[in-house]
Amino acid sequence: MSDHSLNPEVMPNEPEKATLEGKNKFLGFWFFLGGETVLFACLFGTYIALRNSAAGGPTENELFGLELVFLMTILLLTSSLTSVYAVYHMKNNNFKKMQLWLGITALLGFGFLACELYEFTHYIHEYGFTFRSSAFGSAFYALVGFHGGHVTFGLTWLIALMIRNAKRGLNLYNAPKFYTFSLYWHFIDVVWVFIFTVVYLMGKVG
Amino acid sequence: MSTAVTQKRSFGAVLWDYLTTVDHKKIAHLYLFGGGLFFILGGLEALVIRIQLMQPQNDFVSAGLYNEMLTMHGTTMIFLAAMPLILGLMNAAVPLQIGARDVAFPFLNSLGFWLFMFGGLILNCSWFLGGAPDAGWTAYAPLSTTSPGHGVDFYVIGLQIAGAGTLIGGINFLVTIINMRAPGMTYMRMPLFTWSSFITSVLILFAFPALTIGLFLLMFDRMFGSAFFDVSLGGNEIIWEHLFWIFGHPEVYILILPLFGVFSDLFSTFAKKRLFGYTAMVFATMLIAFLGFMVWAHHMFTVGLGPVANSIFAIATMAIAVPTGIKIFNWLATMWGGQIKINSAMLWALGFIPTFTIGGMTGVMVASVVADYQYHDTYFVVAHFHYVIVGGTIFGIFAGLHYWWPKMFGRILNEKLGYLTFWTFFIGFHLTFFIQHFLGLMGMPRRYWVYLEGSGLDTGNLISSIGAFFMAFGVIVFFYNIVYTAVKGEKAVDDPWDGRTLEWATASPPEHYNFKQVPLVRGLDPLWVEKTEGKGTMTPAEPLGDIHMPNGSFLPFLMSLGLFIAGFGFIYHMDYNWAYILLFGGMAMLLGCMLTRSLKDDLGHHIPKEELEREAD
Repeated sequence: MSDHSLNPEVMPNEPEKATLEGKNKFLGFWFFLGGETVLFACLFGTYIALRNSAAGGPTENELFGLELVFLMTILLLTSSLTSVYAVYHMKNNNFKKMQLWLGITALLGFGFLACELYEFTHYIHEYGFTFRSSAFGSAFYALVGFHGGHVTFGLTWLIALMIRNAKRGLNLYNAPKFYTFSLYWHFIDVVWVFIFTVVYLMGKVG
Repeated sequence: MSTAVTQKRSFGAVLWDYLTTVDHKKIAHLYLFGGGLFFILGGLEALVIRIQLMQPQNDFVSAGLYNEMLTMHGTTMIFLAAMPLILGLMNAAVPLQIGARDVAFPFLNSLGFWLFMFGGLILNCSWFLGGAPDAGWTAYAPLSTTSPGHGVDFYVIGLQIAGAGTLIGGINFLVTIINMRAPGMTYMRMPLFTWSSFITSVLILFAFPALTIGLFLLMFDRMFGSAFFDVSLGGNEIIWEHLFWIFGHPEVYILILPLFGVFSDLFSTFAKKRLFGYTAMVFATMLIAFLGFMVWAHHMFTVGLGPVANSIFAIATMAIAVPTGIKIFNWLATMWGGQIKINSAMLWALGFIPTFTIGGMTGVMVASVVADYQYHDTYFVVAHFHYVIVGGTIFGIFAGLHYWWPKMFGRILNEKLGYLTFWTFFIGFHLTFFIQHFLGLMGMPRRYWVYLEGSGLDTGNLISSIGAFFMAFGVIVFFYNIVYTAVKGEKAVDDPWDGRTLEWATASPPEHYNFKQVPLVRGLDPLWVEKTEGKGTMTPAEPLGDIHMPNGSFLPFLMSLGLFIAGFGFIYHMDYNWAYILLFGGMAMLLGCMLTRSLKDDLGHHIPKEELEREAD
């Protein structure tokens, strides 16, 4: 594909799927998310099996506070919405606005990550609740930490994409890259909805 | 390119070509080489096991070494021999069968191979670094969590790396088959091998993540002090068994389904008939794959999940016999009334049917919960799974290799040596494993190092060990055949078997772009359609034009090397501080390569039309 055909005068309706490479990336990434779903399903299963195995240490009900988790949920859900705006502007070929909304998405993501780090340090220092203290602790940090790791990876990916393409704008080569990032970000968001329900709500109420 | 064929290239140039290639045909060579290497290692381990059991209370190897041998035999054969050999066949044939110029993600294809290779290497490094894993290929906790030394750590890290490679390969084939089919190649015109590769890729995609998580939990318990399987801190060992078998049972269908595809293609080619019940074959494959996810607990009947759970899993397991039976009868019906041509490839396919049927029959036997309490962990089970895995997968790999060897390497494997391999291996196989059914029924438990004299197990074990040497002889002849063929073998024409599918419509071996013009598919068995209409060659679906091809890259090798280095860091960080250098250095290397790949544009290159026209002369 010559450089010219990747920079058409008029961008097509769905720039992320305008080339065969883009189509492949789009489909391949959906399959990847399918695999990721199984990955998280296994961690959820492990967590549900071990969530009552506190081994004399702090239990779910003693640990969790819904205020912080509420804030984290708002931050991450909003960041999902802002990434939708970014893709909307990508489809209108408005690169600057896309970058702006992606920037906001990144800020919200960092906010979420900061809250999570605070939460973990709080548990460790105030309650002595660690990865090693009980099977419940192992399962909790594995599940929530895996999600947090995904957020960290996503933020690194996003910033790398934004910096790399800052000067050259949008074309048919990088549009699929931005688009797959947004898919990934929504996926992380969906996983968080389940973590919120299964870990925190069920831990407080169930 | 035609000029490249005539010019002799230096060894270094060839090596560099293979280290950086993203061409699916060369990656197939690499997979076959890697898989073949580990197949020899796994075979040697099997021989050690059989020599040890040749006579009662033998002391050929120590108990500890015996545990390492049986663990590494299982792990190597499943993950490092069968899987890569299957992926090799898939790489060699699938893109050609659908009329594609390459796979959807050539870069990832190469990455998948190198991850497998380095994962296998790290696993086998354990032999030289204090002992191999010794907790069985299933690595049940707490045996695996409490196993001393680093053996099981090598198992965890090696399989994690190799498994990531397989997952990547699965996604790659899914997208390739959905997006890259030639015009007219509808889903219901795809050859059965492509179909079964497609369905196998779905299985890989949804089964391997369960192993990934299981291995992570095991790794955390062993290396980072977590308590998933530590009962004193509230852990639960059964979680490992569930995760392992949620992966492990689909895995056995990952191992067999692609070869079902190979046999289907072979029977229709060599019986000169269209595959009987094509649609039923496709849907039977899907049904097997679907049911394959629903039966994992039949490996855990004796755990004590309760009669209801056991019954449900038993019935689901027996249900799999139905679609499998459909397949067996369709193969028989394909041959019925056909003009059957028997050669080495076809012999393996013919040998497969009775062998696999016996394995399937004992499968239904062990699926019955009540009876399974008797069979569990005896040689009856060992005999059962060798009948399906060797009788299905290994026979299928041999069949596929004989069938596609001319397409892959441009030479036909020697028929006489092929016959010799088949008959020694086939007889040796039944000699080794048939008697093991009875050893199991007489109460011989699997994985035991020695047995007592006079317990009635002596003769059976001796016969079994003799059979193993026949198999080894057959394999040696096969490797000799490869060398013989490479030196003196008969040059293959483009279509040596009077084939039916698209891979026989291009050169042997094909140019790196596969098809100069993408062919137009006009029906099931597209080449046969053209032959019956008197034309014999495919109609192009496009005018001759520039061909876009991907660029080679050294990054997949470097990424996998990074993980390899980091793997040693993970294994040794508990003992030595310097290991952190390996850990962080290796990970930095991996992430740096990933970043390079993401940020550096790689648009591929074009083969100009003029050059293609010149080559036509």
